[in-house]
Amino acid sequence: MALVLNEEQQLLKESAEGFFAEKAPVSQLRQLRDDKSEQGFAPELWQEMAEMGFTGLLADEDMGGTGFGYVGAGIVAEAMGTTLAASPFLSSSVIALSALSGFEGDAAETLAASVAAGETVATLALDETSKHAPEKTAMKAVKSDSGYVLNGMKTFVPDGHVADKIIVLARTSEEAGNPMGLSVFVVDRGTSGLIVDRTSMADSRNWAKITFENVSVSADNLLGTEGEGWKTLELAIDKARLVIAAELLGISQEAYRTTMEYLKERKQFDTIIGSFQALQHRAAHLYSEIEVTRSAVLKGLQVADEGQNVAWFASLAKAKASKTAELATNEAIQMHGGIGMTDEYDIGLYIKRARVLQHLYGDFNFHSDRFASLSGY
Amino acid sequence: MSELETFRLEVREWLEANCPETMRTPVKGEKDICWGGRKFVFESDDQRIWLERMAEKGWTVPTWPKEYGGGGLSKAEAKVLASEMRRIKARSPLNSFGIWMLGPALLEFGTHEQKLEHLPPIARGEIRWCQGYSEPNAGSDLASLATKAEDKGDHYVINGQKVWTSYADKSDWIFCLVRTDFDAKKHEGISFVLFDMDQAGVTTKPILLISGNSPFCETFFDDAVADKKNLIGEAGKGWTIAKYLLTHERTMIGDMGLPVPLSSLARDKLEVVDGKLDDAMLRSDIASHEVDAAAFMFTMERAKDEAKAGASLGAFSSMLKYYGTELNKDRHELILKVNGSDAFEWEGQFSNDGEIARNWLRTKANSIEGGTSEVQLNIISKRIIGLPG
Repeated sequence: MALVLNEEQQLLKESAEGFFAEKAPVSQLRQLRDDKSEQGFAPELWQEMAEMGFTGLLADEDMGGTGFGYVGAGIVAEAMGTTLAASPFLSSSVIALSALSGFEGDAAETLAASVAAGETVATLALDETSKHAPEKTAMKAVKSDSGYVLNGMKTFVPDGHVADKIIVLARTSEEAGNPMGLSVFVVDRGTSGLIVDRTSMADSRNWAKITFENVSVSADNLLGTEGEGWKTLELAIDKARLVIAAELLGISQEAYRTTMEYLKERKQFDTIIGSFQALQHRAAHLYSEIEVTRSAVLKGLQVADEGQNVAWFASLAKAKASKTAELATNEAIQMHGGIGMTDEYDIGLYIKRARVLQHLYGDFNFHSDRFASLSGY
Repeated sequence: MSELETFRLEVREWLEANCPETMRTPVKGEKDICWGGRKFVFESDDQRIWLERMAEKGWTVPTWPKEYGGGGLSKAEAKVLASEMRRIKARSPLNSFGIWMLGPALLEFGTHEQKLEHLPPIARGEIRWCQGYSEPNAGSDLASLATKAEDKGDHYVINGQKVWTSYADKSDWIFCLVRTDFDAKKHEGISFVLFDMDQAGVTTKPILLISGNSPFCETFFDDAVADKKNLIGEAGKGWTIAKYLLTHERTMIGDMGLPVPLSSLARDKLEVVDGKLDDAMLRSDIASHEVDAAAFMFTMERAKDEAKAGASLGAFSSMLKYYGTELNKDRHELILKVNGSDAFEWEGQFSNDGEIARNWLRTKANSIEGGTSEVQLNIISKRIIGLPG
């Protein structure tokens, strides 16, 4: 497959960029933050995203989706990164839908269709500590007469405070650190014993800590085979990681774009600062890093759609996109000088969102280590 | 069976019958590389036979038209040929600046007569070419070149000096940038001419480098003669051709950044515990490098695909050159670290006469030749980003 967007994908890109620029400019996120919005996103935006078919990109047309696959989801995520559009797109339409698509059975299929339509918001509760380490999952699911009883705590759950359904990874056997013995459940919001705390985060987006205190679920709430959930979920998360990398790419690209604009207008010593070679060389280097990142992200998304083993590509793209986003946002602040440090100026919102996303499902260190292991060293 | 699959079987059969066994082993050093030309001494009969057979098929330059000594293959067919050669680990039959640089420029800008005269000898490895660009006072600022060509009716008389002329002492002909008009603007008085190096007015002097090798020369022209029929394009329009050629060269040098698996080298050399290199710091440096190298490899792939889809590469080639050469330097620093003190053996059987150290030193030129990294960054900042002056 050629490493370029085809005509259909190009059209999706243009329509997504136009849509978010109009319907969800960065001022919307600022407003939501200042208003301390309960939901953390504009419901009418989410509604319109569903009408545009953005919520069902990962679902095939016979499942009520638009069938654009991971390349399509990456295109939309990148566009959202450029305006920091707030919505449950990443948590529900990408992460949860990717996870649900990996499991067979009526329960998963029914829920997937509803998530794809944007009617149900689902999320994944995975990490338990401040470092991404899914194999170390300690949360317990113990078999009972009617199903399972869940006990434990999850952190860094995207849109956990609004999700109707929570997909959760819990240990049904073996010890923490073992990738076997892990199972995946779906838990309804409002189930007795489920305590959801919205966490206020640096990026002003919506994250939650979720505590499970003797939460009872039926055996039907188990997705896939007991004890073998991680294998399926890991593949789904790898694909989602590629879409996160695409959002990081969008953030990097926008941080770069606004910084270049600033370099072309700001004067010091009676000179446009963009004419200083010290800044030009750093700007050109940053451009190069973004273009190289773009290739790694697109390659990975294509591989995800082709259904090949995607782990190596996902770690490559997430590592590279994390590193580039760090460079792009740091350079953006430095080149803007004092104004970049003010809350009034948007660039600060980008650096905060970038850092949070860098850590979602593994940062640069996690993924370069994994990349090395997957490469056999 | 598709036509391409039939072609693949034919190629496979032909290579099986025609590629000598000794040409299916990795190249060990400079002497294993076939450069062709009037002065070239073949290392073995097999090396000569392999070149002759491939040239006969036109497969030293598979995509060039048949009438100019090429194979007339489509891009898809050429890809098949390349992959079949890789399959049996066949060596390249011919390395040549004529193939990589002059050929593409002639195909684009030359007349039918010029193509007929110069391309077939390139394809057959009969004439070895060097590139006369840089001068002592025109390196990064190439358009400042001062080598003078006087119009004498049917020929030019050339006086001046070039520097960093790769393999000038081993080459037969030169493609050379000369100034034909001193009154015109800097970029507009330059012409692109070809002439024979075997003439009284041309002398070359090798420049010994820190690697202990001497691939480059100083080249002096003292009333050297170039036939007018060997002016490519119009007089005064040489800069356009030079730029076209530099884009090729930059993309080619950028290619060196493609990942040679550093990790397998490290696995052979270092201890591995539980599947991980035992040197945690080095493992992390290698991983960080290989992430960049893989991302760059996909960027080369993307650039090629975009070009195929009709986009013009333009200043993007400066980015590829910059990134690829910096990566290559980084890779060789890591190779030194992996090999420890063994890396510094300058002579001896085990180090293949200091190959690791000499290769490492050679990479230092990557970010200088073909336009320095700083010049590439200037080009990116002005032509792509649009930053001022």
